[in-house]
Amino acid sequence: MGHHPNLTPRVGDEVRKTTCYMCACRCGIDVHVRDGPGGGKVVTYIEGNRDHPVNRGVLCAKGSAGLMQHHSPARLRAPLRRVGERGEGRFEEITWEEALDLAASWLAPVRESDPKKLAFFTGRDQSQSFTSWWAQAFGTPNYAAHGGFCSVNMAAGGIYTLGGAFWEFGQPDWDRAKLFLLFGVAEDHDSNPIKMGIGRLKGRGGKIVGINPVRTGYNAVADDWYGITPGTDGLLVLSLIHLLLKAGRIDADYLARWTNAPVLLDGDPESPDHLLPLTGEDGEPLVIDRRTGRPAPWNGEGVRPLLTGTLDRGGHRHESAFHRIAGRYLADDYAPEAVEGRTGIPAARIRQLAGEIARAAFEDAEFVPGAWTDFRGERHEGWQARPVAMHAMRGVSAHANGFQTARAIHLLQALIGSVEAPGGFRFKPPYPKPVDAHPRPHANAVPGQPLDGPHLGYPRGPEDLLVGEDGGPKRIDKAYSWDAPLAAHGLMHMVLGNAAKGDPYGVDVVMMYMANMAWNSSMSPGRAMEALTARGEDGGYRIPKVIYSDAYASEMVAYADLILPDTTYLERHDCISLLDRPICEADAAADAIRWPVVEPGREVRGFQTALVQLGAKLGLPGFVEQDGTPAYADYADYIQNHERRPGVGPLAGWRGDGKSHGRGGPNPEQIERYKEAGGFWTSHVPEGARYMKPFNAGYQDWAVGIGLFDVPQPYLFELWSAPLRRFQLAAEGKRDPRPPEDRRAALHRQMDPLPVWWDCAEANGAEEYPLHALTQRPMAMYHSWGSQNAWLRQIHGTNPLFIPPAVAEAEGLRDGDWARVTSPHGEITVPVQVQRALNPRTVWTWNAIGKRKRAWGLDADAPEATKGFLMNHLIHELLPPKGGQRFANSDPVTGQAAWFDLRVRVEKAEARAQARPVLDPLGVPPVTGDGRPDGARREPEAEG
Amino acid sequence: MTMLPAGTERSLGLVIDLDICVGCHACVIACKGWNDAAYGAPLSDRDPYGAEPEGTFLNRVHSYEVVPEEGAAQTVHFPKSCLHCEDAPCVTVCPTGASLKRAEDGIVLVNEAACIGCGLCAWACPYGARERDPSAGVMKKCTLCVDRIYNDALPERDREPACVRTCPSNARHFGDLADPESAASRMVAAREGFDLMPDLGTRPVNKYLPPRPKDERVDVLAPLLEPVAEEPSGLLGWLDRQLGKL
Amino acid sequence: MHPAPSIILFSTLSGLGFGLLVFLGVGAIQPVGPAAAAFHGIGLGLAVAGLVSSTFHLGRPERAWRSFTQWRTSWLSREAWAAVGALLAASLFALTAVLGAPVPLLGLLSAALCLLTVLCTAMIYASIRAVPRWHHWTTPATFLLWCLGGGAILAAQTWLAAMILLAAGVLQVATWRRGDDAFAALGQTVGTATGLGARVEPLERPHTGESYLTHEMVFRVGRRHADRLRLIALLLAVVAPTFLLLLVPSHAAGLVALLCFAAGILAQRWLFFAEAEHTVGLYYGAPGGRTT
Ligand SMILES: Nc1nc2c(c(=O)[nH]1)N[C@H]1C(S)=C(S)[C@@H](COP(=O)(O)OP(=O)(O)OC[C@H]3O[C@@H](n4cnc5c(=O)[nH]c(N)nc54)[C@H](O)[C@@H]3O)O[C@H]1N2
Ligand SMILES: Nc1nc2c(c(=O)[nH]1)N[C@H]1C(S)=C(S)[C@@H](COP(=O)(O)OP(=O)(O)OC[C@H]3O[C@@H](n4cnc5c(=O)[nH]c(N)nc54)[C@H](O)[C@@H]3O)O[C@H]1N2
Ligand code: SF4
Ligand code: SF4
Ligand code: SF4
Ligand code: SF4
Ligand code: SF4
Ligand SMILES: [Mo]
Repeated sequence: MGHHPNLTPRVGDEVRKTTCYMCACRCGIDVHVRDGPGGGKVVTYIEGNRDHPVNRGVLCAKGSAGLMQHHSPARLRAPLRRVGERGEGRFEEITWEEALDLAASWLAPVRESDPKKLAFFTGRDQSQSFTSWWAQAFGTPNYAAHGGFCSVNMAAGGIYTLGGAFWEFGQPDWDRAKLFLLFGVAEDHDSNPIKMGIGRLKGRGGKIVGINPVRTGYNAVADDWYGITPGTDGLLVLSLIHLLLKAGRIDADYLARWTNAPVLLDGDPESPDHLLPLTGEDGEPLVIDRRTGRPAPWNGEGVRPLLTGTLDRGGHRHESAFHRIAGRYLADDYAPEAVEGRTGIPAARIRQLAGEIARAAFEDAEFVPGAWTDFRGERHEGWQARPVAMHAMRGVSAHANGFQTARAIHLLQALIGSVEAPGGFRFKPPYPKPVDAHPRPHANAVPGQPLDGPHLGYPRGPEDLLVGEDGGPKRIDKAYSWDAPLAAHGLMHMVLGNAAKGDPYGVDVVMMYMANMAWNSSMSPGRAMEALTARGEDGGYRIPKVIYSDAYASEMVAYADLILPDTTYLERHDCISLLDRPICEADAAADAIRWPVVEPGREVRGFQTALVQLGAKLGLPGFVEQDGTPAYADYADYIQNHERRPGVGPLAGWRGDGKSHGRGGPNPEQIERYKEAGGFWTSHVPEGARYMKPFNAGYQDWAVGIGLFDVPQPYLFELWSAPLRRFQLAAEGKRDPRPPEDRRAALHRQMDPLPVWWDCAEANGAEEYPLHALTQRPMAMYHSWGSQNAWLRQIHGTNPLFIPPAVAEAEGLRDGDWARVTSPHGEITVPVQVQRALNPRTVWTWNAIGKRKRAWGLDADAPEATKGFLMNHLIHELLPPKGGQRFANSDPVTGQAAWFDLRVRVEKAEARAQARPVLDPLGVPPVTGDGRPDGARREPEAEG
Repeated sequence: MTMLPAGTERSLGLVIDLDICVGCHACVIACKGWNDAAYGAPLSDRDPYGAEPEGTFLNRVHSYEVVPEEGAAQTVHFPKSCLHCEDAPCVTVCPTGASLKRAEDGIVLVNEAACIGCGLCAWACPYGARERDPSAGVMKKCTLCVDRIYNDALPERDREPACVRTCPSNARHFGDLADPESAASRMVAAREGFDLMPDLGTRPVNKYLPPRPKDERVDVLAPLLEPVAEEPSGLLGWLDRQLGKL
Repeated sequence: MHPAPSIILFSTLSGLGFGLLVFLGVGAIQPVGPAAAAFHGIGLGLAVAGLVSSTFHLGRPERAWRSFTQWRTSWLSREAWAAVGALLAASLFALTAVLGAPVPLLGLLSAALCLLTVLCTAMIYASIRAVPRWHHWTTPATFLLWCLGGGAILAAQTWLAAMILLAAGVLQVATWRRGDDAFAALGQTVGTATGLGARVEPLERPHTGESYLTHEMVFRVGRRHADRLRLIALLLAVVAPTFLLLLVPSHAAGLVALLCFAAGILAQRWLFFAEAEHTVGLYYGAPGGRTT
């Protein structure tokens, strides 16, 4: 009686290759499908695409669970028009024609009269080059995606310093790094690449150092853990810099050649350019050429900049920026002993870390052979490896000192010569891309006209701010105002509140996409819901119209007037484009598509298609032909036929006749080619162009060739930031426009051209609220949208507050007890769990597990809605009032939401059945309501 | 059937590296996805969108804190599925012969067509590697993806367990632990792979690789930070001298 | 372990039934005529009811016949054979008895098979190393004694019943005592379960909800609750029946004694499962040994 299992079960009869969107990592997936009962295909199984550059076959938990997302009972079915009050969740289903007409009837008058009265913000958008293009054509200045509350500090800090950032714009050199420092990362966007990299690095015997108040996930596998006190990484890093400088453990040659440390700064205190780079006749910054001892342009042929140069001229001594660096960081303020108390890291540990960095970077760093030529025309026989890689994310950037802290980390990287060196941190195309290669921000709205330029950009100085004559903000979110001068991603978290208050002005329509603003993506869901339901004197809503696109019955859906229901990610075209956030790797440019591997079978449309159609209805330039007929039928049509610049379109592969890549005319077969190729396209960086990209003529030429930019654009890392210095000069009254009087002193401090650290604790009520409160992303859950997934929600259905033993002891708390958690802004009551590997002054929980009752197709008594909770109820967009004033709870440089500056108090509470606050259940909009029955997708014969 | 084979030709199993498991649960869901679609009855989920969702999983990831004598506590993520024991008590207790250990490769399987769902094998397993599916009423357990590793309808490179294929950090390895030359065995030897609860005499095939030592203090680094200068001018002068030598 | 009502009921009822059949088989009582039908009927009925009840906890009861196949290794399979054998022998013996011509040899065979069945049942538990509280000779010993005690009550063997119950009570107390230390004695901790060393604390479970494993194997009972139940079990299964049998000899008292005993055994069986710590609990932060 042998057992002969079926060894060749057929999980599907066809594999379709597309791109995952269970999170923003963009892995390649093999979707197994088979014929369904209705004639169409049904999805049966999802696994990783082995050939895909991002994930090479692996998938995370979410990726494999995509099947269940695709079958979520919370999927919307058709366009919805609100019939009840906002927040009730009562809707009627309407046709797409009605929906688009309705939207157009709201939007057309806005465009004709005052386009800024449309605020269009797009959340977790992977098509920003398209949505921003739409917004630009509409003419509103009020456009951005979610970066302002996500990690703009990381982006801006990186781009202003290195011309590229952590986030998903660069990566550690996983194959050569020997030491890897990970600051404040639980998961990040490169979910799978980071895990793969960690596995590789550790497999090679490399060492990982986790710098994080919490030891889970990556920090759990880290060989060494620094349980830092939140908000103090800047201090720690500057102390490392102090030690390395003092010991001369820096890469002086690298600093001299590739950074602006040797650039001479104007030493004339009276000059309006004081401490800006001294420039030569051609306007290029000057260095002292070691060969001649005389000033020369930084990029002159064969120039060998002298790191420590000085120039006496016009009665002033002009010193290289490096003088400033040495002067600042050798000071005792940054000695380990001076920072150990604040950072919670003992001085000896700081010294150990500095020693390890020095050892890995300098003691046995190989020289990697490979011929290349730099932008000064000098030929090199290889690259000096500096096998110390670093990565940082929201643990650094979601603090109000995150911009400068990110800069501090970049300074550290540059000092040891590890950026773009083998073993260090490497850019992914389209980066490196210096500030000068980015646009400036634009906000001039003219009725009936497109905007004067791209919304978001990188100001070079105060002259690029988007402020009116009176200094007031031009944008609804006050991005690029004196409150957030370098708000390179906008400030989505301020939109609803500002719009409801009419500060700086009211809007007529808020249009949002893929952002659960009435819940977990708001710093305070309560106030977001208030803003969405607030009524003016006339009894109407203060935000008169809300258009929202979601694919599922999220909390936010209930608060909109018109819902444009999106498809799931397996049912639409998408384009992950070199024009915004592609899937490139350090060694390759790459982009990808999604395509409908199955048909939706519901009245839903890809949001981008809806925008194409809405744009045509509104007659937006670019969306209609000369004769007014629609320029594109749908998004797929746009993807294939749109050209941003001649020969450069959303997708880089198989252009023109299908043989050209990067540049070339539209190809009607392009999407087919992508499908055949597995859903993606790659172009490898040539051998000699792989490292030192900003300075490598080979790389620059290759990048021009594939259309990343139009002319070579070599540059120097800006350790001393001229744009920041220009703001300082404005604060000093030496430059226009000048900041408001009461903002000058602070602005001067914050816009320091060299990295600084400031304390965020006091402003957040540290005195009364002794503990830091953080959230972390669970690896198996994506924000709010994983809870509708029957598999994933079993892993994370509730979330305790993790507390350190000392707090547990002091408050008499044990696992499973309940605690009242109070912040300056609110109070919640939640279950606790003791964690030992935790900074003693920190509590935390998993992010976005808590749900509003009945949202997401879940029962009202679902654990997510009874025991799960949101930390957001304790947060606020503004700091606690002080001296009658309230400042934004944001980084003052970029406007980045400072989620992790939250301070709380924890006390024991009575055990409860439900976490507090307890909110009413939401009404349930029309949804599919089904979910996937057990075993729905197996073949009948496989049974038994 | 419930007699254990006197020996097996091969001992196929998993090696799980606790040093690099980041606790992502990818293996949990990949396992669920594959086995829901393939071997035997589907893996059901009760109350999937309700108050008490509860499904069958063949692989689950725990997390623990390890508190050393000195120094900071450590977090260890700990995946657990059937260990395909040589002396599998789950097999011998089975009254129906549904629970079996294969002589050819040592895989412990449940022949679901013969299983009465008595649950005894799950009791007998010290590790909690078996779960009775409430819908199908039969015992489910890790099959070592027997229907992948021998599946000639799959491309050769995919003939490995779903959990191994998907593990992003490469913490899971599959191989013949009876062959000392296999990559899996060599890894076990090199890293001192261990058994779970070895005293219980189950002789698991699956091995765990221990976390490497953490938070070690390195004292030899001090000379690397010997100051060359206390003052900025000193540093600049020193640098000039260094660069002059180049 | 999860105290599943069907299993508790099964072993309680079948224990009583087989106990009675043992006393009938060895000829301790030799009812005739209708009384024979009644006694044998009760014995068989209880045994069968118990066995039927045990199938309720099967996932696929329609395949129960398959459990006869693995008698070489599986105590459950052996139990199936023994039970069938016992019921067959007991039925034949009953037939002969009712017909007024009891065959003593058949009776002895029936008694032996009945005891064997109970032994097999007990060995199912005793063979499980993962549950150290069960993995001991006291498990079959207590099962057998309780079975005989119940049988003796049913068979109205007053003195014998009292003696057996007292012995069973003493053994039970010793078993509990031993059981309380058994998990610790096994030497398995979350440290050995994970191989992670001396001090290992659970941080997060694999799933925030429950699972088959947590339902089935990670049942926890409070110490005070357990102590109270032990007392109740002893009072009901030993003290009350003994008192009633010895001091209030009457049919009514016999019936009450029987009911007390059955209730006591239910409590004992509930504890047998509920107190049994499975090594799986280690993974879920249920420490070995008794909980407070
Ligand atoms: N306390 C705390 N709060 C935080 C953070 C934190 O760290 N702590 N992090 C913040 C950060 S960085 C971010 S990015 C935000 C993220 O917060 P959100 O941007 O709100 O992210 P999600 O909850 O993932 O989903 C947004 C919406 O997109 C919808 N959606 C999903 N798929 C599709 C689709 O295919 N089409 C359409 N149209 N909609 C879809 C979902 O249903 C959901 O309603 O949270 C922020 N909130
Ligand atoms: N699985 C999954 N993946 C995701 C997401 C998701 O929801 N789920 N969201 C995506 C999004 S939108 C984003 S923005 C990224 C964010 O990716 P991460 O940056 O990894 O985001 P968080 O989980 O918020 O992690 C912040 C980490 O910083 C630590 N931290 C907090 N304060 C400090 C500090 O002051 N110093 C240091 N050193 N550490 C600190 C926290 O303990 C936590 O580990 O992840 C993306 N990837
Ligand atoms: S990391 Fe996971 S969820 Fe995100 S794209 Fe990749 S597989 Fe999908
Ligand atoms: S997939 Fe790999 S890293 Fe993730 S939990 Fe499983 S074993 Fe650990
Ligand atoms: S781990 Fe458990 S189920 Fe697997 S073979 Fe060993 S005893 Fe049997
Ligand atoms: S549940 Fe099935 S496999 Fe397990 S012992 Fe019972 S019959 Fe055998
Ligand atoms: S080998 Fe297959 S069945 Fe076993 S845990 Fe891995 S995926 Fe699951
Ligand atoms: Mo984010």
